[in-house]
Amino acid sequence: MNEGWSTLPLLAPFIEFGFMRRALAGCLALSIGATPVGVFLMLRRMSLAGDAMSHAILPGAAIGYLIAGLSLPAMTCGGLIAGLAVAVLTGGVARNTVIREDASLATFYLLALSAGVLIISLRGSSVDLLHVLFGSVLALDDAALFLLAGFASLTVIALACGLRLFALEVCDPAFLARVSRLAPVAHYGFLILLVLNLVAGFHALGTLMALGIMILPAAAARLWVDRLGALLLIAVGTAFAGSLLGLLLSYYLNLPAGPAIVLTLGAAYLLSMTIGRLGPVAARWRSTWHFER
Amino acid sequence: MDDCPLGARLKPSAGIRADPQLRFDNLTLGYNRHPAVHHLHGEIAAGSLLAIVGPNGAGKSTLLKAIAGELRPLAGRIERHGLQRWQIAYLTQQATLDTGFPIIVHDFVAMGLWREIGAFSGLDRRLRGRIDEAIATVGLSGLERRPIGSLSGGQLQRALFARVALQDAPLVLLDEPYGAIDAASVRDLAALVRRWHGEGRTVISVLHDLDHVLREYPETLLLAREVVARGATASVLGEANLARARELAEGRGDDARTAICHGDGGSA
Repeated sequence: MNEGWSTLPLLAPFIEFGFMRRALAGCLALSIGATPVGVFLMLRRMSLAGDAMSHAILPGAAIGYLIAGLSLPAMTCGGLIAGLAVAVLTGGVARNTVIREDASLATFYLLALSAGVLIISLRGSSVDLLHVLFGSVLALDDAALFLLAGFASLTVIALACGLRLFALEVCDPAFLARVSRLAPVAHYGFLILLVLNLVAGFHALGTLMALGIMILPAAAARLWVDRLGALLLIAVGTAFAGSLLGLLLSYYLNLPAGPAIVLTLGAAYLLSMTIGRLGPVAARWRSTWHFER
Repeated sequence: MDDCPLGARLKPSAGIRADPQLRFDNLTLGYNRHPAVHHLHGEIAAGSLLAIVGPNGAGKSTLLKAIAGELRPLAGRIERHGLQRWQIAYLTQQATLDTGFPIIVHDFVAMGLWREIGAFSGLDRRLRGRIDEAIATVGLSGLERRPIGSLSGGQLQRALFARVALQDAPLVLLDEPYGAIDAASVRDLAALVRRWHGEGRTVISVLHDLDHVLREYPETLLLAREVVARGATASVLGEANLARARELAEGRGDDARTAICHGDGGSA
């Protein structure tokens, strides 16, 4: 029986190799936690801001690295502190001055990326730099997996409890501010969830691609459905299926795992663009069909 | 210079009715220290149906924003007589609404019940009934399951009115609510405004269509950075007042002059 399973090409790598199972588990955690946050990020039109935030955690993680080497707790704490500081600072700047959120995020992000690369170069090798920039999904240890699973659980609980709050904060923030004192909770709560999941993604996919598993499945799902619940479910499903396929591609074709996952998700997005129910191609096709009737 | 010759003395025509809902005390409003509304005095009685008219840039929207508590006065104050911020339903000119958000009309309108259901409670049968009624009142029955992004401008404005209706607020502020919608929608929504007035709510609308104001609003405040006239609509919208408002609006072409404030009417 067991031998029968292990000859199936889709399962064999995961049965045979522990690191593949770990990578898959890590991707499952990211799909469940980070992808729903990505859906909200996309709906808030903050996709690029999210990219900037993911860079902003780099100098924090780098300082952790400078102090303790490639240590999970040190780099996680550093990344969380830097990410939260930037989230609060940029949020404050966007609310209080004439500089809009996008401009203030861009400035922070450029500074953060250069500072991060500089700090790591002070002590480490270019291998470590690659590890930090592009992640190490095939080298997740127990501690990293627990971290990813913990952040994912926290995110799911927070989103389940505050779904209405988060949704209205995106849909009509000024209205929420009028009717509820919880508006700042929704705003900063979301930023905290974002930072948590970016740090989780940072461990698996690196600072440059952490956002991939958040935004790409969300954008792909948006081309199929226009209901929030369905959007969240389809995005999570897409994220997990995409990372599974990406890991298999990386195994059989001997490709780097992180880029393989992100590119597979990108392919899902492009496919949705062409055949998605709400995609531009389908819309065009439908309208001609309408005229012919 | 006599800053507010009328505002201080005039009581609203329906002022015989009960307590004031709002009181302005030497209220001066503006952005970045540039005043947009000068030295406003007076009261608005509870249950008033008041139109605010005036040329562009007269400070009408600024005044509504301040009443809603979203703009701090540069000087003076607004007394709201115990009204909390959430008891003011405020429909802004440019809705901050993201129509691309995947939410259906029913759920969107239901958010007007926020004070009752908050972030966590579900909808019981009674609340569902109120939502259906609000949607029916604005004439959107049958479109409950449509995403808000697919609504026309008039339909979206109807949905916003339905949400205001569910807020059940004692004070309703409408900022150019009929901006880009057709006559049929204006007629239906104006009927809803009359109904709110009948229910004893205070309704204050910023409007441009003077015929509509003459038909629908017993009281009018003519504003051109200061109060030009205030009182019964027909007398306020006389030719002399309108000409004076235009003059005030045109006369403030160079900002340097209006930036200089000549102080309260009393101290001049």
